[in-house]
Formats: sequence, C-alpha cells, structure tokens
Amino acid sequence: MVEEFMKKKERKELKAYQIECPDCKETLDNDELLNELNVCYFCGYHFRLNARERMELLVDPGSFEEYDSELTTFDYLNFPDYTEKVKAIKSKTSEKEGLISGKASFNGEAAIICVMNPDFLMGSMGAVVGEKITRAVEKAITLQLPVVIFSSSGGARMQEGIVSLMQMAKTSAALGKLDRSGGLYISVLTDPTTGGVTASFSMLGDLNIAEPNALIGFAGPRVIEQTIRQTLPEGFQKSEFLKEKGFLDKIIDRREMTRFLGDMIALHR
Amino acid sequence: MNENSGSNAFDVLHEHIAILEELAAKASVEVAKEVSLFKEKTAKAEQKHYQELLPWERVKLARHSKRPVASDYIESLFTDFTELHGDRYFKDDQAIIGGVARFNGQAVTVIGQQKGKTTKENIKRNFAMASPEGYRKALRLMQQAEKFGRPVVTFIDTPGAYPGMGAEERGQAEAIARNLMEMSQLTVPVVAIVIGEGGSGGALGLGVANHVFMLENAIYSVISPEGLSSILWKDATRAQEAANIMKLTAQDLLELSIIEGIIAEPSGGAHRDFETVVFGCKKEIAKSLESFKKKTPEQIREERYQKFRQIG
Repeated sequence: MVEEFMKKKERKELKAYQIECPDCKETLDNDELLNELNVCYFCGYHFRLNARERMELLVDPGSFEEYDSELTTFDYLNFPDYTEKVKAIKSKTSEKEGLISGKASFNGEAAIICVMNPDFLMGSMGAVVGEKITRAVEKAITLQLPVVIFSSSGGARMQEGIVSLMQMAKTSAALGKLDRSGGLYISVLTDPTTGGVTASFSMLGDLNIAEPNALIGFAGPRVIEQTIRQTLPEGFQKSEFLKEKGFLDKIIDRREMTRFLGDMIALHR
Repeated sequence: MNENSGSNAFDVLHEHIAILEELAAKASVEVAKEVSLFKEKTAKAEQKHYQELLPWERVKLARHSKRPVASDYIESLFTDFTELHGDRYFKDDQAIIGGVARFNGQAVTVIGQQKGKTTKENIKRNFAMASPEGYRKALRLMQQAEKFGRPVVTFIDTPGAYPGMGAEERGQAEAIARNLMEMSQLTVPVVAIVIGEGGSGGALGLGVANHVFMLENAIYSVISPEGLSSILWKDATRAQEAANIMKLTAQDLLELSIIEGIIAEPSGGAHRDFETVVFGCKKEIAKSLESFKKKTPEQIREERYQKFRQIG
C-alpha cells in the first residue's frame, strides 16, 4: 500500500509523455517505450498488453484478419450482476469478449493466432473464449496452418460456472485433433497465466514459450500459501522457475518474439 | 440449527420411531397403528424434503463422511479388480486409484479419485486431492486401455487438484492439460460417474468421457462454493449462498446438457442404501458400454469430441 502511494506521488511529477517503470523505477518516455514494444529499456520489465496492443505490436503490419468477432457473452447461469459487469467491461475496452482470433503473419510466416485480453474480466475463459479458440484451431486444421496462442488469464470464468470449466476440455480436444493432423502449435504464456487456462490449452504447445518474469501456475500464489501455511520463495511460479523445472522450452523477450515465431514456423513447414 | 440439521433431524426421528415401535408392540393395537401412521408420514415428509433439497444441502451430502467412496463402487460393480500403481516417473499417488477389472465379464480399466473413510486414510490419500503423479498414473492406465482395447470407467470425487508447492513444481497444470487432450483422443469408450464432489479442473482431469453421469446428490463445479464466496464477497463463510447461485447440482448439469444422466439416490443420500445406488450405476454403465459395441473406434473418438464441442 505504501509502495503504491509512493508510486502515485512520484508519478505526479512525471510529464504527460512519461511513465515510470514499476520494476526499476526509471522514468520512461512513452514513444521510446512503444518502440521497445512496451518493454522497459533500462531493466527489461515487460509491461502488460491488452489483446489489440499485442496484436498490433507483434504481427506483421496489416496482416491480421479477424475471425468470429461477432461472438459475444451469454449468461448461462443467470449469475448475479454478470450481465451488467460484462456490459461495463465491453464499453470500457471496446471489445466484445476476452480474446481476439484470426489469421496473421510473423515475419512473413502465416499462422492462426489467438490473443487473450487481460483487460476483459482478467482474461478469464468463458464460453466465447473457448469457442473462439476451438474454431481457430479447427480452421488451422482445415487450412493446414500453425497455431499461435498468447495466454494471459486468471483461469476459467466463474460467472459461467461449469460451462466455462468444460471449455478446458473443448479447447484441449481441438488441440488434440490438431496434434493428430500434424499441425504445429506454439503456446506463448504471458503475465499472468493461471488456473484452468494453464491447465488446458496453454500447457499443450509443441513449443511452450513464455515472456520473461511472467507468473505461470495452476493455483494462484495466495491459494498455495493458504494451503501450505508458509510464504512462497522469491521467483516461485515465474517463467524462469518453470523453465528450470522443465515445463517451458524457452523464454523469449517480447522484442525478439516476432522473429522467433517466424523462424520456428518456417522451420516446421 | 446446526450444520447438518437437514439430514440429521430425520435420523433422530427414525431412532425415536424405532423406540416407539418397540414400546407400541407391548401396548395396544391402537397405539401400534398410530405409530405406524406416524412412521409413514415421516417417510413421506423425508422423501419430500430430499426431493426439494437446496443446492447447499446437496453439497453437504456430496461431502458426507459416510458417503461411499470410489473403492466401494469398484468393489461392488466389478469383479477381479487388480490395482495397478505408479506413474513411472515419480511415485504412486494414492489420491487416485486405478487398475484392471471385469464388468459383466468384459475387461475394463477402472480409475477413481479415492477419499478415505477415516482421518488417517484421508491423510494418506490427501483427501482425494491428486498431485500431478495421480493424473499421470491415470493417463498411463488409460493409454494401456487404449492399447488393449478396453473401455475406461472413471469415478470422480475430489475437492480439486492439490494446490501445493510440490504439485506446482512438478507441473500440476501440465498434467491436467495433458489428460484433457489425451483423453479426448482415446478410441476406446470412456464412461465417467461423478459420485461425490466434482471439484473443478481436478475433476475434469478424469472427466473427458463419452458419457458423464452424476449421482443425484453429487456436485460438479468450476470452483468450490467456499472459493466463489471468498472471491465474490471476500468471505468464505457465505458458501451456502454461493452454492445456491452456481448451478452445481446434477439436475442443473443435465439441464445445461453437460451430463448424459442422473443416477438416483435413496432419500438421505447414497450411504443410506448403497445397493440401490450400485444397481443404478450398473444399469447405466451396462447400457453405455453396450451402445459402443456397434461403433467404430473413430466414431467413439468423434462422438466424444462432439460432446464437448457443443458446450457453450
């Protein structure tokens, strides 16, 4: 709390075109930061991106062709306040749901791409997110294109209850089909990816890639701490930790991501 | 009212009726008649009570300490069960049991999340909260079933996958994800029955089946009522309210087309008359396995794919 207050206080002294790095506290120039794909050019801190920002920064300019943009949230359980909440988040983000999907290219290499949106109910997976991923994967099978999914999510969306849980099975089954057809799937995990998203499509890549220092896990740190009644060690559930434990192929800096994905897709063609 | 008032009030009544019956036998015919009338009324009231159970009351029944556990079902439904152990990578997770058996003479693979009957056993079995090893053992047994063309029957009963440090280090998320994908690709039939608690991804890790059934008082949800309550209201004690809004009963899931059928339980829960429940399970498994006999392996896989494809 104190830290947050200090940050706010310091931020007041920043100019409109400046931002402070939450990690190293250096003052960053907005335009310069954007040139670095929103990675701190002092310490390498990766700022979170919403789905459109990520799409814009990482795919070849003008290559994105969006699929299924009309799909929108349905309140399966008559869950209290859900409809209102979705309505508010829709107008705030100008997005219909928590994931955008389509076809795009990385350094000239075409792929089916899905990007989760952490700004839309914490990137949680409800029926629309599950459906869009499944349709995208099925499309990839038909078009014989690789799939790249960027994850950032708190997990299954509790307001859609059991229907959201079943999206874990649905998306994993679609990826099973892709796997059987010989298609390439690259999963890119970004900060944070937890719960039912990690425990389904995010961990199923032929290549599992992550951005540096991203929180990746099944249970959230707070739940684990409550269970074991002790504090977790520094760096637990961070990308570097998962790589050390054998669950990630590589950690890739965002500024290298487009080239890396292009190279990998070319190699698997 | 205490925690278990819903189910215990009738237990107390039954005890009193038994005493009254004994006394009445020694008294006049009129008294005996009155007692028998009272007994009948009680039974009717009980039946009505359990038919109109609130979701939270079913949560309590699903977690009841006397509720039959996976090994009870395995023992009663199958013959020649041979338990097989270990994931071949790390250890044998006792939160999940599995092995080979026969169902009406047919060879099958059986896997279940195993709660304990005593505190000591529950500690050994980690309250049926599996670690990655449990899911990897289950997958090994399912792939064995695939190789030898045996159907798979799973029993789901877990509060959830274990959220501990070791489980995270050894890839809890990866283990569950892998199971979801690999189960979806099996060409042998898979039948799952939720017998108690169907707790989130940990339950689904054994749940990608062609046919999913639930016992009448079983629950299946994306998060526990306690978990939802603490997220929604920052207060884990409002679990009852949470349970009542989250649509986690067998009836809810049938209406949402998530499951294929409900297996009836006697008034008061499965432990009251286990034979009836076993009979119901046996009937559904038999019907289910019979239906696959006319299907090709590819059809069996595709039908399972379509079942989940159509949700949401």
